[in-house]
Amino acid sequence: MAKQRNIEILVGAFMAAGFVALFFLAMQVSNLSLAGMDEGYRLTARFANVGSLKARAPVTMAGVRIGRVEAVDFDPRAFEAVVTLRIDPAVDSIPMDTFANVFTSGLLGEQYIALDPGGSPDVLVDGDEIMHTQSAMILEQMIGQFLFSKASGDG
Amino acid sequence: MMPSQGPGDAPGVRGEDVSAGPSGGARASATDDVLVRIRDLTFRRGERTIFDGLDLDIRRGAVTAVMGPSGTGKTTLLKLITGQLRPDAGRIEVDGVAVHELDKAALYRLRRRMGMLFQSGALLTDLNVFDNVAYPLREHTDLSPSLLRKLVLLKLEAVGLRGARALRPSELSGGMARRVALARAIALDPEIILYDEPFTGQDPISMGALVSLIRQLNDASNLTSVLVSHDVAEATRIADHIYLISQGRVVAQGSPTEIAAERSTWVRQFMDGQPDGPVHFHYPGPALAADLLNRGGR
Amino acid sequence: MLLDPLARLGRSGLDVLARFGRGHQLLLAMVLGVGEVLRRPRLLIAQVYNVGVLSMLIVGVSGLFVGMVLALQGHYVLARFGAAESLGLMVAASLVRELGPVVTALLVAGRAGSALTAEIGLMKATEQLAGLELMAVDPVRRILVPRLFGGVLAMPLLAAIFSAVGVLGGYFVGVGLLGVDAGAFWSQMQAAMDVREDVVNGVIKSLVFGVVVTWIALFQGYDCSPTSAGVSRATTRTVVHGALAVLGLDFVLTALMFGG
Repeated sequence: MAKQRNIEILVGAFMAAGFVALFFLAMQVSNLSLAGMDEGYRLTARFANVGSLKARAPVTMAGVRIGRVEAVDFDPRAFEAVVTLRIDPAVDSIPMDTFANVFTSGLLGEQYIALDPGGSPDVLVDGDEIMHTQSAMILEQMIGQFLFSKASGDG
Repeated sequence: MMPSQGPGDAPGVRGEDVSAGPSGGARASATDDVLVRIRDLTFRRGERTIFDGLDLDIRRGAVTAVMGPSGTGKTTLLKLITGQLRPDAGRIEVDGVAVHELDKAALYRLRRRMGMLFQSGALLTDLNVFDNVAYPLREHTDLSPSLLRKLVLLKLEAVGLRGARALRPSELSGGMARRVALARAIALDPEIILYDEPFTGQDPISMGALVSLIRQLNDASNLTSVLVSHDVAEATRIADHIYLISQGRVVAQGSPTEIAAERSTWVRQFMDGQPDGPVHFHYPGPALAADLLNRGGR
Repeated sequence: MLLDPLARLGRSGLDVLARFGRGHQLLLAMVLGVGEVLRRPRLLIAQVYNVGVLSMLIVGVSGLFVGMVLALQGHYVLARFGAAESLGLMVAASLVRELGPVVTALLVAGRAGSALTAEIGLMKATEQLAGLELMAVDPVRRILVPRLFGGVLAMPLLAAIFSAVGVLGGYFVGVGLLGVDAGAFWSQMQAAMDVREDVVNGVIKSLVFGVVVTWIALFQGYDCSPTSAGVSRATTRTVVHGALAVLGLDFVLTALMFGG
């Protein structure tokens, strides 16, 4: 039954290689450390325009990722975008007067939310809303504004 | 074709006075005596009717040969008896149980009491001879490895291939493969064993070995044997009872001596191997001259 | 006759439907027979060997080259937009979401699926399946079920190996040959790839492909006409139907997973 044993060893090696590959995909390729974010707490923020912000986009503070966008909804009464954020529970002292911006990574990159901490002693807790927001920079608008100001400056 | 005996004649009635065969004297009650009883069997495959009101009885302890020209559905008959196919009409009873009415579990229970020897042997090609014979034992029993080994070696000894136990099926000759398959078929000590064309393509020596083996097995372990064949000489040598079937019906039946004395032209043509007679050499078609002059199709 | 083509069309339509029905019957019988695998894990090991271990070489080598080509082509396009740093993301996303499961399934259909069909078809042609049945052993449970579950188990692991080797191949070409920054290669990838959204969805895809490819292969073998021509036709059909089913299902699954 040496042959049976060889087969078992090879199958074991194959399964091990498969699981190592899966582990590699989970850890190295998609960085599992931030995936257990389901337990994080929720904050909402209202924006006049979120540009092309999508669910799962990163939420950063000082350039470091601290959470993800969970959902982007539309409020049909206020005509505003309501963005739900999931924040890492370890980051538990975000001041009340924090500023939320929709930024673009690079000129054409994906959009993300950057939080700019304020100085208030009160902290945001689960379910709170971030009051100060800054809408996305829309490239077309920026170009339009630039040309307009250029034109008016010349004239 | 002119059958000497109409298909309506009940074969069992005539079989009563058959006295040939070793177990001939033990036939007291007609009901218990019959292990497989087929009544009014009709089976169609597509447009073709293979059996058309077939009646057939197989007696316990006897070797029954079912003979007929190629294409008369002899193998189909075995498949019907083992429940691999279901009849369109009629009854097939094995030991009083209607095979075609059983559910899968009951059918599998019944099959443990049957052994079948396929024309090709049907050995599992990725197992060696020993494991092939051990297969049904491992599947259906909880024997200890040492007991299993003894049993398998005994079965292989019975077919004279104990020395070939380590060979693979691809290393066996046709006759040896068939003997291994026979050892496997008798591994679970069945009550009935079905042979599908056991003599086809065998050289005279292995043919002789098989003939005596079938007879010995039948008599030594009180088996019931059904043998489907078109090899007239071998089948008449070992059979206690012979059925000749053609066109879906029993054309003639009886002991080998009775069949030998049969005067019907069809029976004589088949038994004596005449090329033309009631069964024509030519497959039915238009006359040769008309066919040759026809330039149209093919 | 004028109506002959219509009748032929109807007959082949009915044939297709009947085969479809037989295929689903077989799948149901195999799923119901799952207990056999639990009772005899040794049967499963042999089949994981047949599908998994024997396909590992072709899957690994293909993954390596696909990853390397992706990096070359991707770099060419991304560099024009000054986004060469996103190369890692592009390679990983293409592999984990699409190419890993799909190409692996196609390779397995060609390598292991055709072998399964030929094996089962030959067992049928040589009456081995009928022989098992007459030994009161159900060939579906004894022969087909372990093969099905062996294929289903091996497929996601093979796809993971394909993707992982592919990412490494992409890294080798992108960072080693084309000079993309190694840090950016990994960090861009890690920032945008998600375990549930990408890796788990990829695994789900390859599980589905595993079921479909092995099922088609087993059914074609089990349903073939038991002649040499029949077995060879069935083997071809396994590869063709298997590939079509994988590509078609990939579209449906992608639409369901990433379309919303």
